[in-house]
Amino acid sequence: MLSLKNLSTADRKRPLSNLDADLKSGKIYTILGRTGAGKTELLRAVMGLDDISGGHLELDGQDLAKRPVRKRQMSMVYQQFINYPHLTVLKNVAFPLRRQGLSAEDASGRALVALELVGLAGFEGRMPSELSGGQQQRVAIARAIVKKARILLMDEPLANLDYKLREKLREEFPRLLAQNADGIILYSTTEPAEAMQLGDEMIVMHEGHILAKGPPEEIFEAPSTVEVAKLISDPPVSIVDGKIVGGKLVLGETVLPENADLKLPMDGSVKVGIRPDALSVGGDMPATVVLAEFSGSDTIVHVTFEFGAAVMLVEGIHEFVPDQSIAVSMDTSSLLLFSEHGDNITERRSDG
Amino acid sequence: MSRTYNIIKYICLLTWAAFVVFPFLWALSTSFKDANAVTSGARYIPWVEFEPSLQGWTSLFASGSQGINIVTPFMNSASVTLLASIVSLSLGTLAAYGLSRFSYKAGFIKNADITFFFISQRIMPPIVLAIPFFLMLKEIQALDTILGLVIVYVALLLPIAVWVMTDFFASIPKELDEMAMIDGCTPIGAFFRVILPNSTAGLVVAGMFCLIFGWNDFFFAFILTFTETQLLPVAIVSLNSSVTPWWSLSAFALISVTPLALIAIFVERFMSRGSLAGAFR
Repeated sequence: MLSLKNLSTADRKRPLSNLDADLKSGKIYTILGRTGAGKTELLRAVMGLDDISGGHLELDGQDLAKRPVRKRQMSMVYQQFINYPHLTVLKNVAFPLRRQGLSAEDASGRALVALELVGLAGFEGRMPSELSGGQQQRVAIARAIVKKARILLMDEPLANLDYKLREKLREEFPRLLAQNADGIILYSTTEPAEAMQLGDEMIVMHEGHILAKGPPEEIFEAPSTVEVAKLISDPPVSIVDGKIVGGKLVLGETVLPENADLKLPMDGSVKVGIRPDALSVGGDMPATVVLAEFSGSDTIVHVTFEFGAAVMLVEGIHEFVPDQSIAVSMDTSSLLLFSEHGDNITERRSDG
Repeated sequence: MSRTYNIIKYICLLTWAAFVVFPFLWALSTSFKDANAVTSGARYIPWVEFEPSLQGWTSLFASGSQGINIVTPFMNSASVTLLASIVSLSLGTLAAYGLSRFSYKAGFIKNADITFFFISQRIMPPIVLAIPFFLMLKEIQALDTILGLVIVYVALLLPIAVWVMTDFFASIPKELDEMAMIDGCTPIGAFFRVILPNSTAGLVVAGMFCLIFGWNDFFFAFILTFTETQLLPVAIVSLNSSVTPWWSLSAFALISVTPLALIAIFVERFMSRGSLAGAFR
């Protein structure tokens, strides 16, 4: 088990402050956060590439702080495609095994197996510069998994690949990561879908803090704060100001119909989270289109209501023009309620 | 591109080529002339305008009043330049790697100051260094010796090596060093196993600069040697007596420029490969 106890770092662009987490063997932890949230800094601190300024980092109860990088039994895949330019693909993958003291023959044998696994059989003799970006990253992944490290760190490994390759490699990841099934895998990403799809557990980071951790579906269903809600879906959950008046939820001048499932708190101000799929075209709420964009087979429509702006996800491809007036309906059962401080206060009757 | 552009381009290139090549042709033709042919006006084509003579070339391998023996100064220059370049490149590469990868701090002195300290050695006019060098070499009885010159040349070439290599290492992503350490290398292992093998282009450029500056230096070679250890540039000057032997000087100049010309051809081919291109993204 890898334990972060009050872990803090200094000196880099994004210092980490007081991170606590227990990461168990055999699990994949996805770290979700925007660019600059501190994901890379966390991975670098765990790896020993950056110094820890406070707190502890323990692996199976042993302090890691004094252990040099090379003895941490970890491997890493960077966002950039980092391979050894002077070595062939086979020697690249065999490199860590050779450093472990394996004979050239044994190391090559295991490297070949790893290369076959990542779909690069037949490329052993090439130089990294002769490969495409996707293939280079596969070499890096092969080198990371061939070690069967205790801890495998992946820092946005798909970020520099084009859409198609990203999708393809993401589909292959569960199979590839199964090679490290006994280890702890930390996988950072900016994409909510990737984090939820790959992670046994998800860690949500923002500005150097851990905002939430737990099973992805739990965090998705009940994000603990406004910030978490904004991060866990793409398109994001829209946050608007509202109030509870006489047991009814009011957004601006709009009084929302009561919902049997959503238990409203006492009268007062609240922040309301509207999931993109809670809005649909056709209904009694007037809205103005700001922008519409296509994402795969869906249309993402940015609209403004009299009470604020929101993002709507419409299935299928639809034409919307800016300033177009449309009528929208809202499924109030999936609304999220937050206190003025941003803490989740949503209660559902079905929960209890 | 238009025809006019091409014509202008070739005119410019040919003019420039003439500027570069002509002195060599002049030296080549002069080296085969005798006193008469040199002093009797502009003549360039052998057997037609003048009768070629081997006097210029043979005098370089004679001795005493017949000329000067070029072999010893050539070997001296080669040994001093090679030794000093190898030492400078080795020390300079290590220093540059340290400066590009680790942060040093001693009071107000930081990495940038140390780098500037190296480079500042080249800012000083050589004459400022000449007297201290002379006194120091005298003290250790290394005046007029190969060893003494190597020591001085290392001091002169080291800044160049540090400068070029610091710049080069800065272009190699630090992630490559980190990867090597993650994969089980010590910091020194990462340097020798991963960074150095990927630094050939930088080493070649730095090495070339060291060789050029070392080979061409006249000033220190002139001041710090007398008769025992003569280097090539000094030997050329000593040819110059009451009558300037243009034929010998030309032959001498051609011989002394040959090693550098060969290096330039080799390096040009090497550098065009761009060994790091496409390796990182």
